[in-house]
Amino acid sequence: MTAKISLTDVRKSFGPKKVLDGITLDIAPKESVVVIGGSGTGKSVLLKCVLGILLADFGAIKVDGEEVAQVPASDRDAVNRKFGMLFQGSALFDSLPVWENVAFGLLQREHLSRAEAKDRAVATLAKVGLGSDVAMLSPAELSGGMQKRVGLARAIAGEPEIVFFDEPTTGLDPIMADVINDLIVACVRKQGITALSITHDMHSARKIADRICMLYQGKLIWVGPSSEVENSGNPYVDQFVHGAAEGPIKMQVHR
Amino acid sequence: MHFLSLIGGVVLTFLGHLGRLTIFAGTSLSHCLRPPFYWRRVASQMVDIGYFSLPVVGLTAIFSGMVLALQSYTGFARFSAGSETAVANVVVVSLTRELGPVLAGLMVAGRIGASMAAEIGTMRVTEQIDALTTLSTNPFKYLVVPRLIAGLLMLPVLVLVADIIGVFGGFLVSVYKLGFNAASYINNSYDFMQAFDVISGLIKASAFGFVIALMGCYNGYYSKGGAQGVGAATTNAVVSSSILILTLNYIITELFFGT
Ligand SMILES: Nc1ncnc2c1ncn2[C@@H]1O[C@H](COP(=O)(O)OP(=O)(O)OP(=O)(O)O)[C@@H](O)[C@H]1O
Ligand SMILES: [Mg+2]
Repeated sequence: MTAKISLTDVRKSFGPKKVLDGITLDIAPKESVVVIGGSGTGKSVLLKCVLGILLADFGAIKVDGEEVAQVPASDRDAVNRKFGMLFQGSALFDSLPVWENVAFGLLQREHLSRAEAKDRAVATLAKVGLGSDVAMLSPAELSGGMQKRVGLARAIAGEPEIVFFDEPTTGLDPIMADVINDLIVACVRKQGITALSITHDMHSARKIADRICMLYQGKLIWVGPSSEVENSGNPYVDQFVHGAAEGPIKMQVHR
Repeated sequence: MHFLSLIGGVVLTFLGHLGRLTIFAGTSLSHCLRPPFYWRRVASQMVDIGYFSLPVVGLTAIFSGMVLALQSYTGFARFSAGSETAVANVVVVSLTRELGPVLAGLMVAGRIGASMAAEIGTMRVTEQIDALTTLSTNPFKYLVVPRLIAGLLMLPVLVLVADIIGVFGGFLVSVYKLGFNAASYINNSYDFMQAFDVISGLIKASAFGFVIALMGCYNGYYSKGGAQGVGAATTNAVVSSSILILTLNYIITELFFGT
């Protein structure tokens, strides 16, 4: 079976700073992969390279066997249709009401009528725990956690084949976070989407991931089933999972 | 040596910007001709540019018309005492040919150019433009093209309104302050008004509208670095479109009226 997404030796630098330094990863169809790693290690950059928002300096990125590494996002319409993306900062369109944000892909890609699209949007908002009263508000009137959930609804509304979740549970209370975890699991199990998620929340990672990868200094230093993340035998992963300040990963702080 | 490299650096940056701007304009124009078209966005931009700029443009026009009448009356008084026909003539010709388009253009550049740069710039730095692309929507078609079309179409309308209001301002001063005869002032204005003066002004207006929208979108689109970057983009949009308006104004005048 061919991989849904396949990365081979992907590199990306900003000036002299190497952010991705040879990432190789295959994601199977209907698999849920979670990337963990310290803040600023390049997790979001990795997703953006696959989406074509940033172009990788080197390496191959294949989606359903199609090479896309050097195709900017604006030139790959057919590939974009397969993707949904939850941005770390939500990136909601603040000139549009919440429902139109969620329905944006439906209106643009599937050319639904506005009434139909609105119904779908309200239904999707319900899945992320937002009532229909929220639909008419503008994004600026929502709390950070609500914006995150609207972003999530926008990412899954078009029922894409692949969804990227950049920190889906950050900024949510523990109960809502677990509702979102369940939602992502349901998307993968029932709708059969392929998911690539980023999270700092180990509880969430264990719950939604089939496989977990750890990004450190531009490389995936550990890739394995989520059940093995507790006893990976890798000191870096151990330190991250247990959130210990002491260990091989040295934070750049001066005391 | 150091001084020379400084000049070279400035020239290179300028050429870099010029190249990028040309590519940006070319891409935008090519998207103007290819579907899909976002008519709803075009309409909302037209309302924004046309309707909501009316107060600003109207006020500018009426006071310019009034000042023009007053100045030309006192100015002409030095040569020949109070020539009524000359005042009406000067007001009509200078408003339709020059002051209408240029003043409306500059006011709209301040109002609309700035808001375009700020809005698109904010969308850039908050990743909304990236989100648009991943949702299969080309940002040029969705953001830039509607603004260019609205600028191109609405500025002439605004300038036409400005011409009328400006002439009316001149009329007010001439009749109520300088004591001219109302009917003959209107007659004089009408006689001196030439279709070509008005049309050339409207063509200028279209060009200015395009330039305002282009500079607003361009500066917004390439802004980076958070609120500060958006602020710089806004300033650049207003300054560059104002300078371009004045430059273009000379070039178009030269083309139409130069001998
Ligand atoms: N457009 C850019 N230009 C320059 N440098 C960038 C750019 N985007 C990201 N970087 C750099 O790349 C590095 C990785 O950024 P990235 O956003 O991927 O981090 P992250 O792993 O997602 O962190 P976090 O968990 O805090 O979101 C950072 O050091 C950042 O400074
Ligand atoms: Mg990130």
